[in-house]
Amino acid sequence: MRDFGWGDTLFLIGAVRWTLLLSFVAFVGGSLGGLAVALCRTGRIRVLRWLAAGFITLFQGTPLLMQLFLAFFVPGILGFDVDPWAAAAIGLSLHAAAFLGEIWRGAIEVVPRGQWEASTALGLRYAAQMRYVVLPQAVRIAVPPTVGFLVQLIKATSLASIIGFVELTRAAQIVNNATFQPFTVFGLVALIYFIICWPLSLYSRRMEQRLLVASR
Amino acid sequence: MSASQPHTLGDVVVTMAGVGKWYGDFKVLKDVNLDVRRGERIVICGPSGSGKSTLIRCLNRLEEHNEGRIVVDGIELRHGMRDIDKVRREVGMVFQSFNLFPHLTVLENCILAPMKVRGTARAEAERTARLYLERVHIPEQAGKYPGQLSGGQQQRVAIARSLCMNPRIMLFDEPTSALDPEMVKEVLDVMVELAESGMTMLCVTHEMGFARKVADRVIFMDRGEIVEAETPDVFFDRPASERTRAFLGQILPH
Repeated sequence: MRDFGWGDTLFLIGAVRWTLLLSFVAFVGGSLGGLAVALCRTGRIRVLRWLAAGFITLFQGTPLLMQLFLAFFVPGILGFDVDPWAAAAIGLSLHAAAFLGEIWRGAIEVVPRGQWEASTALGLRYAAQMRYVVLPQAVRIAVPPTVGFLVQLIKATSLASIIGFVELTRAAQIVNNATFQPFTVFGLVALIYFIICWPLSLYSRRMEQRLLVASR
Repeated sequence: MSASQPHTLGDVVVTMAGVGKWYGDFKVLKDVNLDVRRGERIVICGPSGSGKSTLIRCLNRLEEHNEGRIVVDGIELRHGMRDIDKVRREVGMVFQSFNLFPHLTVLENCILAPMKVRGTARAEAERTARLYLERVHIPEQAGKYPGQLSGGQQQRVAIARSLCMNPRIMLFDEPTSALDPEMVKEVLDVMVELAESGMTMLCVTHEMGFARKVADRVIFMDRGEIVEAETPDVFFDRPASERTRAFLGQILPH
């Protein structure tokens, strides 16, 4: 046992980059997947609509921790070797894809039908309608809930510690095992999460208010 | 008010033959037969729910008809057709609620379809757009967003946006119904000018002054049927059907 010192603090701060990197990768992966899910969910092809709906239901209806366990252990059973980093990235990306997909589906559906009709009447096809008419309007609506979900996602990366990925929370456990000063260690870690997430929450709230004013 | 000036009409550009359409069990269009010639101006009126909007929305296939034939500009509209875009490129439509793209400026609204559908270069699309904005009397609003304009101005932009595709046929679906009274005239004036330029027009509207002034034929619809299709003179002064007389009695000033 040793006392909690500067070295430990630096170790924790160094682990922040893994939390941020995992958040970033999961957000990018989740965005790509979420866009596909949202487009399938709002599209005209029935099979894709059902598949997307099933995907969303499945991932919203099970705990993220189970999803991470499955992402970690299932590839091993199938003979693929995944390290905790890849498993966490894949699990969190799928998780994010389900939630972002649902948020963005809502945003796409809020765009009035008249926008579709006018662009159809002008001869635009689906891809052009989406890209130039519908998505630009949906994005504005989607920014506040998307940033809100990003905050959730950053906090959710702490679960990756359980499958052995050394990010901020796992680093804290390691430090605590050596120093046994849980209040100091976990208090500091909570503060670090807060410092990362709070500005995003503020930003989300400000965008939401701006949207409310604009829609008046 | 003067009756429409006689003018020469061209070939048939729109044919509807025995057209029927259902919403579930409810039949919105019943055996609709209509030929429209190039340059012809048609006004369609009738009580709400009579199928007049549905009729013109079938012409650019915003709605699909269930029976009968529709031929627009030489192309028959069929279920699952692949070249519907060819028809839509040639048929402009103006909506009751304008449906401008709120995230784009007036100019961008006008150049989007020419650039993305026709592949027109930006500079040329902008030149055309400014020309048509001039024609609807709002060239100075090109840089504004739709939300910054009055209803009448928005509807004139919507007309310009359609015209930028150089359509051969223009459809108007109650273009003045959502406007404050003082803005109706500025939109109708633009439509009259468009009619005088020789555009083929099908207008769903209750503006009977407009009908008298520019229509070659006024069509009265009721319960999904075309009840009467006559020149304005006959339509307003000697309508054949009792239903038409009752309708005119309700909407014309006494």
